[in-house]
Amino acid sequence: MTMAPEELRPAGAPSAALVPRRRISIWVWLLVGLVLISAVRVLTGANEVDSAGTMRETVNASVPIALAALAGLWSERAGVVNIGLEGMMILGTIGAGYFGYWYGPWAGIVGAMVFGMIGAALHALATVYFGVDHIVSGVAINIIALGAAAFLADTWFSGLRGGGPTQSPPLDAPLSITLPGISDAMITLQDKHWFIISDLASLVAAVTTQLSSMTVLAVILIVGSALLLWRTGFGLRLRSCGESPVAAESLGVNVYRYKVIAVLTSGAIAGAGGAFIALVSSGIYQNGQTGGRGYIGLAAMIFGNWRPGGLVMGSVLFGYTDALQLRAGGEAVHALLILVAIILLGVAILQFRRGLKIAATTSLVIGVGFAVWFFTTDTVPADFTRMTPYVTTLLVLGLAAQRLRMPAADGLRYRRGQAG
Amino acid sequence: MGKLDLRRIALALAAPVLAIVVALVITCLILLAAGSSVSGFLSTIFSVPAERNVINILNNASILYLSGLAAAIGFRMNLFNIGVEGQYQMAVFTAAVFAAQGWLPGPINVIVSIIVAMLVGAIWASIAGVLKVTRGVSEVISTIMLNAIAVSLTAYLLRKVGVSTGSNLATEEIPRDSWVGGIKLLSGAPNELLGLSVLAVLGGIGYAILLNRSKFGFALRATGTSASAAVASGIDVRRMVVVSLMISGAVAGLIGLPLLFGNSHSYGTTFQAGIGFAGIAVALLGRNNPIGIAFGALLFSYLTEQSNLLEINAQVSPDIVAISQGVIVLAVVIAYEVVRRYRNALEQRQVAAELSTSAPSEATPEATR
Repeated sequence: MTMAPEELRPAGAPSAALVPRRRISIWVWLLVGLVLISAVRVLTGANEVDSAGTMRETVNASVPIALAALAGLWSERAGVVNIGLEGMMILGTIGAGYFGYWYGPWAGIVGAMVFGMIGAALHALATVYFGVDHIVSGVAINIIALGAAAFLADTWFSGLRGGGPTQSPPLDAPLSITLPGISDAMITLQDKHWFIISDLASLVAAVTTQLSSMTVLAVILIVGSALLLWRTGFGLRLRSCGESPVAAESLGVNVYRYKVIAVLTSGAIAGAGGAFIALVSSGIYQNGQTGGRGYIGLAAMIFGNWRPGGLVMGSVLFGYTDALQLRAGGEAVHALLILVAIILLGVAILQFRRGLKIAATTSLVIGVGFAVWFFTTDTVPADFTRMTPYVTTLLVLGLAAQRLRMPAADGLRYRRGQAG
Repeated sequence: MGKLDLRRIALALAAPVLAIVVALVITCLILLAAGSSVSGFLSTIFSVPAERNVINILNNASILYLSGLAAAIGFRMNLFNIGVEGQYQMAVFTAAVFAAQGWLPGPINVIVSIIVAMLVGAIWASIAGVLKVTRGVSEVISTIMLNAIAVSLTAYLLRKVGVSTGSNLATEEIPRDSWVGGIKLLSGAPNELLGLSVLAVLGGIGYAILLNRSKFGFALRATGTSASAAVASGIDVRRMVVVSLMISGAVAGLIGLPLLFGNSHSYGTTFQAGIGFAGIAVALLGRNNPIGIAFGALLFSYLTEQSNLLEINAQVSPDIVAISQGVIVLAVVIAYEVVRRYRNALEQRQVAAELSTSAPSEATPEATR
């Protein structure tokens, strides 16, 4: 089965490479976001919107998604679509459960990465050497991983005290860090509920109170990957395999080797994401505890335009909606409706000025819809909160998909010697 | 030529057989590594199923088959409809609510409910189609998102309209005159074949006719093989994308109906889930061929049914079968690729041999590429 995603793109879609555009720094976006959220908090009085507790939950919810997205980045930059991320994360959780229980949290992390790499090795074997369609292989790996994790959990944890056929005994979390002086001061400042200042304070409080060492590790992984992929010869060659494997081959790059390295790294990082869920978020292994975060990570990466900075933004967005639902429930999410409405109005104005009348109208209508929803209700049902990240993804992709540019040879079959 | 055809059939069968053997070997290796009983596993899996289990296998296979068909229609267009799961959840929920109203008498109620389910499935799938052709959003991502949204949306609506019976929250029961009775297939079995599993047979025939005997089917296959060639021959690819996703969604809408009308009579929190993903695997296994998918569905259904005995007979977790099923899917696509390469090499050698007898100087294997 061959895939040709390029050919199925709409005929009218402009090639992103031809549209010159100014790059707006990630810091500007973050600042705009902060001001907007702060304004919504002050206007609606929903303080849980960005309390330190919500922020910490956001960090904890974002890290596994960001790791999944980073895993996707590695693989797709080398031209291998990795929909098997979910499966590799599942393998990571079971690996973390087993090694974490018997040998401690750090062994759990390593075990999770190794287990993720086993799934990745399958994916690499199928896609790189046998030219199997990447999505097919990924779907198969997700099925295998789900079964393998359930089977291994039954085999490994059934007899243990506190464990059972579907879950492990409680696991120790890796070391977490609290900076006592700063943490308390910031919480005090946050409770004043001042515009901007309190919001910044709760942000600082969140990262100085019980910050998991795995979060630090995740940040190092993301920054390290960004440097490695964009600032070294190795990274250039790896990315060239995703853009034009034929050209890379003609320059003497061993495309198969780079693809395999990229996919294995991807599996290890996805496994680490699984370890975070098992060891830090839950403190236990449970069947099905990844809950589709591998897919969400994939969406976060696409949302982030296959760039490290972008995928962090995407992950934080998803992590935030996740956290808000957990911490604050329907009322805080309700406050966000007006935020969405404001953002959509802004998008509509931008699109209108660019001359995209139909797109602008669509954004405007959806934005007004959100505003109406905000003013006619008091709370958002939990089921709707649960679907927020998914609806957001669809909206963002629908509004911005044509500005996104994936690696040119992503998902395409490549065989050695194809260049002739 | 007769000999060549035999070889061709052998090559076509080689891949699935190879895949099943590989999957069994890998499964046994995992069992060995985990210290479980391999012989117990094999003897349980290959034991002859009792008559009531045969009926179960057929019932589940018919449901899986519909799911496989839905996925296959997309695959033929090079569209990955991962959203079969969400489409059938939305469809069966709506059909359950509609049928329970009892606005129409007996069988007419069933028929209109089937149409409602197909419509809902098609509409839910069309979201992904429209996003793809107007905004360039990959259907893989959008259908995954739509699956998650469907789960939350049906849960929300169920809370709104459902009635609670014990621990199960479900829609109101369908009126008795709209229940579809079972078919007594085996006299020794206490259970019956689901009446609406006949939808699977009809679906299979419809799929075969649509793809191979209709203009639309030709356009679909042409677009799947080469979108640019399809455009050149005047096919509106964008329209094809939306329409084929909608047909795929309409078929997905049928998946839950045999159970709804023949067994549960209402849609509740315990309604069977996860069939959509299994359907993708089954479609891959059957190479999108209507008969191949039937084999795939029967195989998956057989493995799942037999796995229920594993815990009792061999103290092996039934989840091991999920590993086998996943490995079969991966192995079968790899095997097809290996067989394809082997066949290409074979053809190249043949052509080279023929060329070398007529014009020895020009014969290179490259010429046949």
